Amino acid sequence: MALDLSLPVVRDDSHAPGKTSKWLALAPMAFLSLTVAIPLVIIAVYSFLARPEMGAGVVWKFDPTHYVKIFIQDRLDGTRSFDTRYLKVIWNSFFYSGITTIATLVLSIPVALWIATRDPRKRVLLVFLVTLPFWTSILIRTYAITQLLDEKGVLGKIATTLGITSHFQILYTPTATVIGLIYTFLPFMILPIYASAERFDFRFAEAGYDLGARKMQVLFKIVLPQIAPGIMAGVALVFIPGLGSFLQPDMLGGGKTNMIANVVANNYGQARNWPFGSALSVLLCLIVLVATLLLSASARKRKASRI
Amino acid sequence: MSVLGLPKRKKLVNLRNFPFFTSISYFVLFVLYAPLVLVIFYSFNRNRTAQIWTGFSTRWYTDVFTNTDVVRSLKNSLIVGSAATVLSTALAIAAALGLLRMGRKGSAFAIGLLGAPLIIPEIVSAVGTLGFFLFVKIPLGHIALILAHTAFCVPFAMLPIRARLVSLERSSFEAAADLGANEWKIFTRITLPLLAPGIMAGALLAFAISLDDFITSFFIAGPGSTTLPVYIFGMIRSNVTPAINALSTLLLLVSALTLVASYTLATKNQDRK
Repeated sequence: MALDLSLPVVRDDSHAPGKTSKWLALAPMAFLSLTVAIPLVIIAVYSFLARPEMGAGVVWKFDPTHYVKIFIQDRLDGTRSFDTRYLKVIWNSFFYSGITTIATLVLSIPVALWIATRDPRKRVLLVFLVTLPFWTSILIRTYAITQLLDEKGVLGKIATTLGITSHFQILYTPTATVIGLIYTFLPFMILPIYASAERFDFRFAEAGYDLGARKMQVLFKIVLPQIAPGIMAGVALVFIPGLGSFLQPDMLGGGKTNMIANVVANNYGQARNWPFGSALSVLLCLIVLVATLLLSASARKRKASRI
Repeated sequence: MSVLGLPKRKKLVNLRNFPFFTSISYFVLFVLYAPLVLVIFYSFNRNRTAQIWTGFSTRWYTDVFTNTDVVRSLKNSLIVGSAATVLSTALAIAAALGLLRMGRKGSAFAIGLLGAPLIIPEIVSAVGTLGFFLFVKIPLGHIALILAHTAFCVPFAMLPIRARLVSLERSSFEAAADLGANEWKIFTRITLPLLAPGIMAGALLAFAISLDDFITSFFIAGPGSTTLPVYIFGMIRSNVTPAINALSTLLLLVSALTLVASYTLATKNQDRK
């Protein structure tokens, strides 16, 4: 679904230059199998191996307990108990990504429709203004949010001057993580919705208006159903990468708001538990896979029901 | 349009302004840029505490350019970025041309594989690549970084190249073939020059993506091959100095210029079509 948006399938070969062979695609496919597909296989294999006594890495001994350890904790006295720490982390990933999706959606529909109804020259500029942050470093954009939310920063000063709060403390809280996620993902929602809105013929909306519908009815009954494909694409482009977010919770949540990617990174870093990190990676991949399938299935269903 | 005496035009304009849409849009555009402007603003502050303004100064830029670690990591970023750009663009050209000749199922599979870096969470491919490189004993460093960056740059480099390819006319190729040009000649004399703007746009996009990458580089960079974003991340974590603002401003500037160039080339593409 996210793929459909970025890599349109070209099946019309009437423009095919010369007699280029389909085997040309073999080199890049082989390269990506090596550098993308095999690392995934490695992760899956590592998740079933044991960790060494000391240091990082794996020992080639079958050990399937890492998946169990996500949910069950071995206590020092030998008893076992249900462990909610990682469930909380998984929940965080869904919850923060979900809030981000809803917030960006609510903000992006007006923006996308507004841009689509400007005159063409202004539209090019506006689309470019939204596209620029889309491609710029998430590290820098997240860092910029830390500066904005800093206690001593602009917002803090405004808040204390207005007497809203005497102690402006948002940085390093879950709220900051969500603000950072919304900020970094906004363009990912605006652009696909705009792509749909741009193709929408606003005379339909006008017709509805002429026939007596109120503005809000026109919006919800005519415009939104027509730009639904863009909305679905935007939801996929925000919710799915959002699940795997690392930098925003790391830099803005101050280690308090862990998402799955942070725990994976920690297990490949300081905690030096590669097999457990791999098991969590496999889980993250499965979650992303299921989310992708569900979203593209609902998009297809919507398409089918319209025809 | 006044057959029925209805001021249709005016209604249309009214309808295009849903309540609050304009204010929400201005607000969102403001929000998108305000934090970045703040960082740029802070980068010119003389004070050691970035948030307390005490006067204009370029001392943090001097700091940045005289810091040997910064210069070294910038050099690493440029080496990795250029190599990954060349490799990924070459692979993307081959992929785009090859895809044209593939059947429905074949191209769907190929696009799935070539687009995989866009879907797989970056943290997973990063630790997976780390495990893979250690397994096949490729030392962490420049080569490892270039291989990993090339992989995720391919789908981005492919976007404008494929868009350009679709807009090409078949006649030039047929004419060349009729005049006796062989496949290689057609490729170098016709296909490449016609694809050039798309290739340039794709290369610039790949460069911007490689230059900005953090997560993969964080895991794959060895001690001697720290890239600029990894270095900046370390700076943010260890000591907060306003030099970070100067460095961020510079990185923003370079990406913005690269993207403006890519965007201009890509839109020129569409104009000719």
